[in-house]
Amino acid sequence: MAKTHVTMKVNGAEVEGLVEPRTLLVHFIRENLQMTGTHIGCETTHCGACTVDIDGMSVKSCTMFAVQANGSEITTVEGMANADGTLSPLQEGFRMMHGLQCGFCTPGMILRAHRLLKENPSPTEAEIRMGISGNICRCTGYQNIVKAIQYAAAKINGVEFKEAAE
Amino acid sequence: MIPGAFEYHRPATVADAVKLLADLGDEARPLAGGHSLVPMMKLRLATPAHLVDLHGVAGLKGIRRDGNVIVIGAMTTQHELLASEDISAALPILHETALLIADPQVRYRGTIGGNVANGDPGNDMPALMMTLGASYRLEGPSGARDVAADEFYQGAYFTALEPGELLTAITVPIPPPGHGYAYEKLKRKVGDYATAAAAVVLTTAGGKVATCAIGLTNLHETPLVAADAAKAVIGTTLDAASLKKAAAAAAAIMSPAADARGPVEYRKHVGGIMVTRALQRAAARAK
Repeated sequence: MAKTHVTMKVNGAEVEGLVEPRTLLVHFIRENLQMTGTHIGCETTHCGACTVDIDGMSVKSCTMFAVQANGSEITTVEGMANADGTLSPLQEGFRMMHGLQCGFCTPGMILRAHRLLKENPSPTEAEIRMGISGNICRCTGYQNIVKAIQYAAAKINGVEFKEAAE
Repeated sequence: MIPGAFEYHRPATVADAVKLLADLGDEARPLAGGHSLVPMMKLRLATPAHLVDLHGVAGLKGIRRDGNVIVIGAMTTQHELLASEDISAALPILHETALLIADPQVRYRGTIGGNVANGDPGNDMPALMMTLGASYRLEGPSGARDVAADEFYQGAYFTALEPGELLTAITVPIPPPGHGYAYEKLKRKVGDYATAAAAVVLTTAGGKVATCAIGLTNLHETPLVAADAAKAVIGTTLDAASLKKAAAAAAAIMSPAADARGPVEYRKHVGGIMVTRALQRAAARAK
């Protein structure tokens, strides 16, 4: 099968590669680009572990072909830290609020939360829960993931984060 | 899981897309959002030799109001429907339904055209389009035609689309101001297809139901219009006896599959409950 030349901008850097049409975007990111922060979970568009940000959309990268991302701008978890290498508010929130246990879902959770907070900078708890409803976590029961996103929202908005009483 | 090999085509116009689909025949599938087709390809349940990606086709996107109708391009995503003020204002039931489809990531990619054209009985938009009296524009090698949504679905995954034809736009008549609406969907979890779902659009006058349309999702191999159920509530105040009659009339035309979502009797039972709840919620919203 003839391969197609693709170029895209990933975490601010121009990248290119030769792909078969059937190459899924997540495989291109992990295998061609050697960026293994984006995880493969269910492979059936349910779990959200492979979520990346493409041209302002949260997309499950196991359900899109790399050729379809030709010319687009992509952010993966490797691009989430601040420019000086310190943790971004979302990363810090997941750390401070214990938003992960095994960590497998975390890259997808962070990328999804990233787009959610761009679209809705001050979400309610219910909006956060619906906003991450395409991402499955089998460890935390989601409580601390929700708190991590609330922490990040507060930090981005420059207000003090108050943990809700349980 | 990796799909079988295929050749990728990215036409720039509807005419080119139609020509590709017509020339390549059964071996080709149009690729819209891909969130039904790509998982099927990964499971090797679909093995098209050619994919005709519609993302590069100009003029397949967008929502516009044209007098008394809303015209929606086939490649408009669920996310775009949710963001549209025209939709929220004129077709609030479409907003409500789109929000119940899949999950946020899928809604960024999934399109209304793919949802209505695939013929999957689990998809939510087909029954809603039948309830709203929508029509589909189909463009093929021998020209364009419009087919009413309620004449489009022939069986599970079988539709009125002829080989080489592409669904390019959906025209939805705007319901009258003050209409009541509700889409009630029972599902096991976010992202699941309906165990049973019902769409209701109605108007009231003097405290009674004046007009009513009811659609049913995933309760038959095609979406259904429950005309007798709607007739049972017209002229009533939606009293308990009328609601019961409507639920029974709707259940009479349901023939759901027994699957992981439950046995046939259960799905018909909750189908009736979805009709009842949708009627009550729609009536409460009518002005």
